[in-house]
Amino acid sequence: MDISLMLTSLPKLLGAAVVTLKLLSLSLLFGIFIGLLFAILRLNKNPFINKFAYGYSYLFRGTPLLVQIFIIYFGLGQVEYFRSTFLWVVFKEPYWCAIIAFALNTGAYTSEILRSAFQTIKPGIIEAGKSLGISNKIIFYKIQIPVAIRQSLPAYGNEIILMMKGTSLASTVTLMDLTGVAKYIISTTFKPIEVFIVAGGIYLFMTFLIHNIIKYLEKKYSFQ
Amino acid sequence: MNIFKKTILSVLAFLLLIGNVYADKIKIGTEGAYPPWNSKDASGNLIGFEVELAKELCAIMGHECTIVEQDWDGMIPALLMRKFDAIMAGMSITAERQKTITFSQGYADEVASLAVMKGSDLEGMETSEGINLTKKSGAVKKDLKTLTKALAGKTVCTQTGTIHQNFLESGDVGKVNVRTYKTQDEVNLDLTSGRCDVALAAAVAFTDYADKSGKPVTLVGPTFAGGAFGNGVGVGIRQGGSDAIGKRDAQLLKDFNKAINTARKQGIISKLAIKHFGFDASM
Repeated sequence: MDISLMLTSLPKLLGAAVVTLKLLSLSLLFGIFIGLLFAILRLNKNPFINKFAYGYSYLFRGTPLLVQIFIIYFGLGQVEYFRSTFLWVVFKEPYWCAIIAFALNTGAYTSEILRSAFQTIKPGIIEAGKSLGISNKIIFYKIQIPVAIRQSLPAYGNEIILMMKGTSLASTVTLMDLTGVAKYIISTTFKPIEVFIVAGGIYLFMTFLIHNIIKYLEKKYSFQ
Repeated sequence: MNIFKKTILSVLAFLLLIGNVYADKIKIGTEGAYPPWNSKDASGNLIGFEVELAKELCAIMGHECTIVEQDWDGMIPALLMRKFDAIMAGMSITAERQKTITFSQGYADEVASLAVMKGSDLEGMETSEGINLTKKSGAVKKDLKTLTKALAGKTVCTQTGTIHQNFLESGDVGKVNVRTYKTQDEVNLDLTSGRCDVALAAAVAFTDYADKSGKPVTLVGPTFAGGAFGNGVGVGIRQGGSDAIGKRDAQLLKDFNKAINTARKQGIISKLAIKHFGFDASM
């Protein structure tokens, strides 16, 4: 065990953890909007719309995240026509490719979490709103969405943790996130165990934080 | 002797036998993703210069060898963890690596080069044919200056943990925007996609890719040798020690050095180099 290597690599890895957190928060931000949109589309009565939403979630939940990143980054980059479109400005950057892949992936899972939350809302709550003369729109925005979000908190907390670990794949498209920097340090020191233990410890600490934030929110917004 | 003792003894004898056979078997690690040094054919078999050379060297040494695949970024750690006994993966002999492992004498050497897509503004770069960084003469310094100017603001791509990355980060060409990839394949992909303005690797890695893919990849600037680029490619072996395994490793180094001498004298290395590189890269 090379303790001094662990100590010297800690500040570098902590700096890289900031990149990881940025990737995570941006992906979650976009992902939650995508998830909400597709959850609502799933509940639509029109079979084309809800089949489309189902297809999206099926596709992104049914393929590995690594494959999705590779297709978005290396795959699209090889299509000559695609490179001539304005989209290339965004897709040229590994950073945005990673965020797009992560957001689409977490969006699919989030849509499933929210959909099931919507479906478990007790009809009594909606009926209560109706009997008070509240419009359907307001019931949806002020009752259904907040209740669904509260219902989905535990499952969504898991999704955040899964996504946080998923961001380690950003290193496969040249990004210097926590895993990327860990690999970089290993490439010059040839000591994977020490460096990965420190990196793993930082991931674990981030999980600990996320877990406790979600726990706090669950308590704060509990129905009891 | 009862049957119980007999069984135990025969099992022990068997293990001893296996142990001996195992001791003579050498595992050689290679990347299988750096043509023409080492790569894989369509059905996944390891091929290339080093795969064939490894078989020749093993035949000379009289060892039974298996060649195993290992990702580049885990190559030296895997050697240290005894996943295999020797590295033959286009790995240049550098002082940095020699702190951790040891190398046989070099068996082949070839230069590194920058590459761009045809039509790049770097194409007309005016430098000498090749520079050797071991002795930084006036001409070499002038070329490095030209390169520093040309590479400023460009995204330069290369494989992680290579001599090429070391050179780009050495400051010889100023502060460049380096992007590193797990494999050379990925560097090639992003060079053609335009995400990389320019890439650095073994010159043959680019010419091989240009030939096989038909993509307009072209070499620019001088070829590089010496300095950060090391002293040729050798067999990487664990540093010997005083225990049994350490002694075996030290013996293996001697065996490889002897076998490389023999193979060189018999013209085997030259022949294989010409077959795979198109020129005599042996040393």
